[in-house]
Amino acid sequence: MLLEIKDLHVNYGAIKAVKGISFYVDKGEIVTLIGANGAGKTTTLRTITGLERAANGTVHFKDKDITNIAPHRIVEMGITHVPEGRRIFTNLTVMENLKMAALLRKDPEGKKASYEEVFELFPRLKERRSQPSITLSGGEQQMLAVGRAIVTGGDLVVLDEPSMGLAPKIVDEIFEVIQRMNKEGKTILLNEQNAFMALSIANRAYVLETGNITIEGPASDLLTDPRVKEAYLGS
Amino acid sequence: MEKFIQLLVYGLQLGSIYALLAIGYTMVFGIIRMINMAHGDFLMMGSYAVFFIVSLFFADQMLGPAIALFVILAGASITGFIGVGVERIAYKPLRNRPKISSMIAAIGVSLFTQNFFRAIPFIGPNPRTFPKLLKDVLFYVGPIQLSLVRIVVIILSIVIMSVLYFIIMKTTIGMEMRAASCDKDASSLMGINVNRVISATFFIGAGLAAISGAFYANNYPVLTVTMGATLGNKAFIAAVIGGIGDIRGAVLGGFIMGVIEIMISSVYSELAYGISFVVLIIILLLKPEGLLGKPMIEKV
Ligand SMILES: Nc1ncnc2c1ncn2[C@@H]1O[C@H](COP(=O)(O)OP(=O)(O)OP(=O)(O)O)[C@@H](O)[C@H]1O
Ligand SMILES: [Mg+2]
Repeated sequence: MLLEIKDLHVNYGAIKAVKGISFYVDKGEIVTLIGANGAGKTTTLRTITGLERAANGTVHFKDKDITNIAPHRIVEMGITHVPEGRRIFTNLTVMENLKMAALLRKDPEGKKASYEEVFELFPRLKERRSQPSITLSGGEQQMLAVGRAIVTGGDLVVLDEPSMGLAPKIVDEIFEVIQRMNKEGKTILLNEQNAFMALSIANRAYVLETGNITIEGPASDLLTDPRVKEAYLGS
Repeated sequence: MEKFIQLLVYGLQLGSIYALLAIGYTMVFGIIRMINMAHGDFLMMGSYAVFFIVSLFFADQMLGPAIALFVILAGASITGFIGVGVERIAYKPLRNRPKISSMIAAIGVSLFTQNFFRAIPFIGPNPRTFPKLLKDVLFYVGPIQLSLVRIVVIILSIVIMSVLYFIIMKTTIGMEMRAASCDKDASSLMGINVNRVISATFFIGAGLAAISGAFYANNYPVLTVTMGATLGNKAFIAAVIGGIGDIRGAVLGGFIMGVIEIMISSVYSELAYGISFVVLIIILLLKPEGLLGKPMIEKV
């Protein structure tokens, strides 16, 4: 198991956002968490990378206990987090954003190659490399957010709703890149409201409802599960 | 005309002191969105630090330029570390609380340092006379008499501020500072140690305040534990005039404040401080975000 979550509880003051969930991600998998607004998907990811504190339970990565350690140290251990809402540095240029993502990389050759890879995947970013990134469109900002993850190059990439607010064509583009990252050896943990897209590319899936995991299994099973169909696939 | 140029030099010199001090307000605001009400006290601590280094090691000597510079940088480093300590002890525990808490903490730090220093026998309560760091040389450009030390202070300040600007724009730690000022969570997800970046910001801010204090005391050589308060207020106004959060704005605001203050006090000295506020209000009415500030974009 690359990532293992056991009995995780997370609270915001009196609000219990995550109420004791357990799940795991194996090396090489694409695993998705789906669920409605406010189910606790973002909270779960933010706790994995140390942005929120676990009130209870543990997070193990590569067999090490990483519960509640500082985010920058978790990133260093190999988890790359593409946060909800993109969160690019709007006061930095496109290239500077990528350089920030490369902070922890020690190999100058690999760094350069990863910039090239991003520009190859997203030619629009190449054209805009020295532009302040506040001038990017929403889709381009998401490309940059995913581009940063490619540059950071952790073994596990967690993505929080990469499709949010994007045109279908750009969603396809982003999902293709996610699948390609997976083929190149990255393990993927994906939060999505777009359950159909997520289940189509994932190996396994968990359904989160108000802080609890209610359904879990192979993604292909969930695609045909009547409960999932009714609640999340709109049919 | 001669008079005007002389006043302009005085104004630019005072302005460079305000600018160096204003940078700390603006950098700290940029990174933790807090007005550090105790920032002026770093100027006071810096001047005392330089005072003590000189009295301990170079008493009754005229310092050469190299030693003077070294002494100032030593004072700046000491103050820089104090700045880091103040943030760690007083502000960091309140970082995720409402901003008003850290404002109050800052006022507390200010009151504490002033009174604590006053109580230490070898510092307060009596004013100290700051040593002349450099012997001044007067020279003439045509009919205009100028002071070499004033010119050197202006040039040195500009050099220091340019180096800082280079650091912020071109080096990794500078880029980390800009990233962290935009989004701390996202920065830590890039592997940036945000606490380290905030400490670096306080080190630079407090260090520059100390340099500003040494330059100030070289001209107005009376040290008191409250000297940082008024200067701090003016530098804060300068930072706001320039657009708080923007370093170039702080520099511009500092020079504007210095020149206006000197020009006005040459006519009627009692008015100078009051006029600074009038300038602040006029500029903010015309351009609420300050001269170089960007309109605030609310985060969604
Ligand atoms: N910073 C916060 N402070 C207080 N409550 C929060 C905070 N963030 C999230 N919550 C609450 O925690 C619960 C889970 O939120 P979370 O953002 O994890 O859900 P989500 O599944 O990611 O939803 P969405 O699909 O809308 O992104 C919600 O009830 C939300 O209101
Ligand atoms: Mg969410």
